[in-house]
Amino acid sequence: MIITETKPSNARELRITDHKLKRDEQSFPQKGDNDTALLSSARKVGFECFDKLGLPTLHDEDWRFTNVAPIAKMTLAPVMKPAHHGITEKVLSDFPFTALAGSKLVFINGHFAPELSSLADLPAGAKVMSLAVALATETALVERHLYRHVHMEDNAFTGLNTAFFQDGAFIYVPANQAVTDPIHLLYVTSVQAEGVTSHPRNLIVAEDNSQITVIESYVSLGDTAYFTNSVTTLIAGESAVVEHLKFQDENQQAFHIATVAAHLSRASNTVTHSIALGAKLSRTNIYATLAGEGVECILNGLYLTRGEQLADHYMVVDHAQPHGASHEYFNGILADKSKGVFHGRILVRPGAQKTDAKQTNKNLLLSDDATADTKPQLEIYADDVKCTHGATIGQLNDESIFYLRARAIPLEKARRMLIHAFAGEIIDRVRCVALREELDRLVWDRLEQTQQTAEHPSCPTT
Amino acid sequence: MKQPILTIQNLSAAVEGRQILKGINLTIYPGEMHAIMGPNGSGKSTLAAILAGREGYNITGGEVIYCGQDLLALSPEARACEGVFLAFQYPVEIPGVNSTYFLKAAYNEIRKHRGLPELDAMEFLLFVKEKVKLLHLPEDLLKRPVNYGFSGGEKKRNEIFQMAVLEPKFAILDETDSGLDIDALKIVSHGVNTLKRPDNAQLVITHYQRLLNFIEPDFVHVLYDGQIVKSGGKELALELEETGYDGMIHAAAVPA
Repeated sequence: MIITETKPSNARELRITDHKLKRDEQSFPQKGDNDTALLSSARKVGFECFDKLGLPTLHDEDWRFTNVAPIAKMTLAPVMKPAHHGITEKVLSDFPFTALAGSKLVFINGHFAPELSSLADLPAGAKVMSLAVALATETALVERHLYRHVHMEDNAFTGLNTAFFQDGAFIYVPANQAVTDPIHLLYVTSVQAEGVTSHPRNLIVAEDNSQITVIESYVSLGDTAYFTNSVTTLIAGESAVVEHLKFQDENQQAFHIATVAAHLSRASNTVTHSIALGAKLSRTNIYATLAGEGVECILNGLYLTRGEQLADHYMVVDHAQPHGASHEYFNGILADKSKGVFHGRILVRPGAQKTDAKQTNKNLLLSDDATADTKPQLEIYADDVKCTHGATIGQLNDESIFYLRARAIPLEKARRMLIHAFAGEIIDRVRCVALREELDRLVWDRLEQTQQTAEHPSCPTT
Repeated sequence: MKQPILTIQNLSAAVEGRQILKGINLTIYPGEMHAIMGPNGSGKSTLAAILAGREGYNITGGEVIYCGQDLLALSPEARACEGVFLAFQYPVEIPGVNSTYFLKAAYNEIRKHRGLPELDAMEFLLFVKEKVKLLHLPEDLLKRPVNYGFSGGEKKRNEIFQMAVLEPKFAILDETDSGLDIDALKIVSHGVNTLKRPDNAQLVITHYQRLLNFIEPDFVHVLYDGQIVKSGGKELALELEETGYDGMIHAAAVPA
């Protein structure tokens, strides 16, 4: 197994042996051309963390349902130079959310594409730009947050991202300002050859009393295997209101690993959605730290899989302060031989009294061969808290189907209505109306396709 | 000579090997309202379920002719299209499916079946708002998911509301009165009475005589152990109230 990772100025080769990574003689990481001293040392730490942890295996409790070994079998080829591959605005217009009002930053194979991007009017002091540019021009602001909260010490992939990221987005909203239209970060991977690799890195900072909506979408052109390893840090200041939606619709051969690390301050209100439709294997880690009193956060997610896809969500909600409310809602709709994984850890630290933590994971199996693994993990070190979790794995409710049929609705339509409703429970939590409506249409279309390809309908027919 | 809407001939059915219905005979003509009363476990709800097409019942004998067709050969949705309606004893909550969307889909399926043009969202909304008033249901119910978070009384009223919208030829009301307070019972009964027409028929299944204070059936049948043991007019219900099921059944000559 060989992973090849190279950087423009100083090509390096990394090898993985038995999931442990060994460095070449040349010391790595070296300072990149434009890296600040802090970034340089962060890369070093990131690399060391990755080096120490190695790629996770099924023996790792946090990865026991998801085998990432196929990633290591691929020769990974980071894309060194920006290239457009003839991608025009017209090509992009086929991707979701591109017609929404608001700023749009486009990245092709991990590189910012300014000609394809556009900025809408922003309030005074707000910044929406490429991270590489921000590191040079807004160094202090960026570096205050960029290297923190991402769990490099126990997440090999965020270490890898830190060591190798080239670009991403920087979004900053100053205190008391609101960006009303959603800001869309569009990551397009144009797969020219197997193994194209990118490590997008995003930093979103919403200062006190600010408001913002961000969409992060990952899509692809071409149908060979590639690897995306993204990290997004989300900082919500006091009383900030943040909506974040991650949309993953990579091709059916792709490997997608992503981390969203949210650091939430007093009385802030954050909702983050993760919609996973694509990729052969996807894993989304969401770390939410309720770092101040009275934080409200909703982690909302929907995964729709078919064929032999695997969609994994791994959640750590850390109640560090009292009076926090966290609600996790994840629904999975699994067809064919696909697999859904949900791991939800809730940590209530000593002193985080009056915590209200709720976790729900529901899985709908559309075929006999589909599987779902769900694992709640509650660690509670405070005594005056309310923590609930519930998980279901099942098929469509026969009683509901009969009810609809008894009202003249044909069996297939009844099934579709119920499946759509199951997805709708999640989609309805999207607050931005334009975003919700487009997502609803998109998921509906996708479900129609899934229905047609579902080999074994679970519901008996007359 | 009028054609019957429904003819049940010697209908027998089993669930998981247990015989529940043991030869039911019943003929219902247009314009008639029939009530079936009986103790728990007598087979009332099984009969309703079989007529509506619920799965899981093994028909061991007999037949059901609905407007000249073999009813049992039709799928539940085909029966509904032909005008059969079941008001559920336990209406199902369907989170995520909007009530208006659901009812419009149902209504348009039936119109399609009858060769009528489908109503668009606007036309349907106007049509349905009239019907909502009949059952004293809040209009916001139309915006909520089907039965989701409804009180028991709201669910039952919603069933009759759906019946008002779909205008069935033959409606089966399965213990629609159970769990209703007196005000809700009056509203539901008023709805049912309003929907009675010379060209349709209703089969009201109930455990208690109470409902029959508000709706007037033309015929009352007593179901016991899978058979109709006694039939009569409205006075039979009153008699039942007096004697109880045990008294009546012991007095009745159970057919062999």
